[in-house]
Amino acid sequence: MMRDPNLYEYWPYKNRPKITWKNGAKIAFWLAPNVEFYEIDPPKNPFRTPWPKPNPDITGYSTRDYGNRVGHFRMMEAMDKYNVRGSVSLSVAMCQHHPEIIRACNDRNWEFFSHGIYNTRYCYGMDEAQERAIIEDSFRTVMEATGQTVAGWLAPALTHTERTFDLIAEYGVKYTCDLFQDDQPQPIHVKTGKLISMPYSLEVNDVICYNSYLMSPRHYGDILKRQFDQLYLEGEESGTVMCIPLHAYLVGHPHRIKALEDALRHITSHGDVWVTTAAEIADYYYAHYYDNFVPNIKTVNNGA
Amino acid sequence: MALDKNFLDYPNRKHGMDHDRYLWRNMFDLQPVLLDNDARLAFLVTIPIEFFPLNPSGNPFKAPGSMVTQYPDYRHYSTRDYGNRVGIYRLLKKLETYNIKANIAMNAEVAVRYPQLLQDIIGAGHEIVAHGIDMDTLHYGGIDECTESDQVTQCLKVLRSMSGQKVNGWMSPAYSESFNTPDIVSENDCTYICDWSNDDLPYTMQTRIGQIIAMPVSQEISDRQIIINYHQTEDSFVTQVMDQFDMLYQESARFGARVLSLTLTPYISGLPFRIAAVDQIFNFVMKHSDVISMTGSEIITKLKINK
Repeated sequence: MMRDPNLYEYWPYKNRPKITWKNGAKIAFWLAPNVEFYEIDPPKNPFRTPWPKPNPDITGYSTRDYGNRVGHFRMMEAMDKYNVRGSVSLSVAMCQHHPEIIRACNDRNWEFFSHGIYNTRYCYGMDEAQERAIIEDSFRTVMEATGQTVAGWLAPALTHTERTFDLIAEYGVKYTCDLFQDDQPQPIHVKTGKLISMPYSLEVNDVICYNSYLMSPRHYGDILKRQFDQLYLEGEESGTVMCIPLHAYLVGHPHRIKALEDALRHITSHGDVWVTTAAEIADYYYAHYYDNFVPNIKTVNNGA
Repeated sequence: MALDKNFLDYPNRKHGMDHDRYLWRNMFDLQPVLLDNDARLAFLVTIPIEFFPLNPSGNPFKAPGSMVTQYPDYRHYSTRDYGNRVGIYRLLKKLETYNIKANIAMNAEVAVRYPQLLQDIIGAGHEIVAHGIDMDTLHYGGIDECTESDQVTQCLKVLRSMSGQKVNGWMSPAYSESFNTPDIVSENDCTYICDWSNDDLPYTMQTRIGQIIAMPVSQEISDRQIIINYHQTEDSFVTQVMDQFDMLYQESARFGARVLSLTLTPYISGLPFRIAAVDQIFNFVMKHSDVISMTGSEIITKLKINK
């Protein structure tokens, strides 16, 4: 085990070269609905138990299933209302289980990136062949269901190995949502190819807000607006990225959907906001900034 | 430690669910379900009345509300008992004030120990829902099927004979089921089950002998979740129920009737400093003339349910 992940350089949030997003925007805003499938009787992983109770843990299972039967459609309507496309963090087995949902998202020109096969199949303990298998499965499944090439990665249930980032970069994944060290994209060290971290934010993630920080819906809506207001302000100096990660099984409840809607109304009512997808942000970053930023980061760290 | 070489086999990776209990569907694609007199919401209040033994086995886990400290945990035992002696009577009074008929999910042990409480509940016209034997006799993955079957049969026998009601609804203690629970309760003439939190409307489950209705008993819109688990205030609880109401009420104009499901616990909501919040909620909901208080049996007979 390593003391430091050695995935990126330290790069203080001052005097960085300026980012200006598409059409002069100060902030790139993207929404990441996690469209997930949790299994009722998943196999055991010795490093993490999928459910706290013996299978079938119908409380956990049915709470998640609510997202796919009910919550997703409230969430999608709220997004439609403010013209926000999703960049879907996808349990790719959803393409087999609920292609109806995948089609509805694809018809809206949403992006799909991989969040593993199921959110109950953890990467802890996988050998390289197994990890390659889930990457290849992801590319194949998403292409067959949507015609899209996977551009991003969020490990299933945020379970990783030390080789995860090297492998996804080798397969051509452009960005990872697994790292939370910055409000701007950052180059990530990988053995082959290129990879950047895409700001995704656990701090405004509904799972963390509702289930860990125990926020009320109105408090959640309030912090989304505060998060935006500050990143919008700072985007004047250099373009920032704001992501709202979502789970329909949480935000899609009747008493919670309005908090999300209010935040989307607030965010999309501003000028100079690039409402986009993660893949488009990554492409823009690679095209305009990646090649110049890598040497700048090295210079700062060499004390120049 | 390496993973099993079969870890990436996906035997149930196919269209629909990964089991045969029910079909997937999009709730917003349903034919609108309708209520009498064009009512827009059915208000389903569920109140669990539970017995927590002082000496729980905790097998295979301790139910929420169970004993916490070393034996003898008098403080939690008597705190729960407060709900069955005092809190429930405050709630019953509020139900009467607003003419609400509730689903009372009762452990069989409560009926045996407190027959007067059972009589007061059925006398007021509420519906008894079978809620297992007690809060330490759980239904769970791995339980022997005969044992579970005996638990269901015994619970229903007690509640049916003592209440004189049909008792055709089932709610498992701690909402915990085995893979067989819906089959077993269906074989014991229950027509609906209250454990699954995956929908805002009733839907049909398949069982070995036919079908059973999954009733949308809310675990989210409940005093336990919002006040105890989320540590939110009484005012916030009221606001969230009202927000729940508003959204469902709006949807009912486009999609047909909705069920507003609220779960209240006597030892939580029945406290002196919380009962006013219950009053605020009941007052807000029931002042709408197009909202009807309904019990589980009324919902499955009067609400036209999509199969």
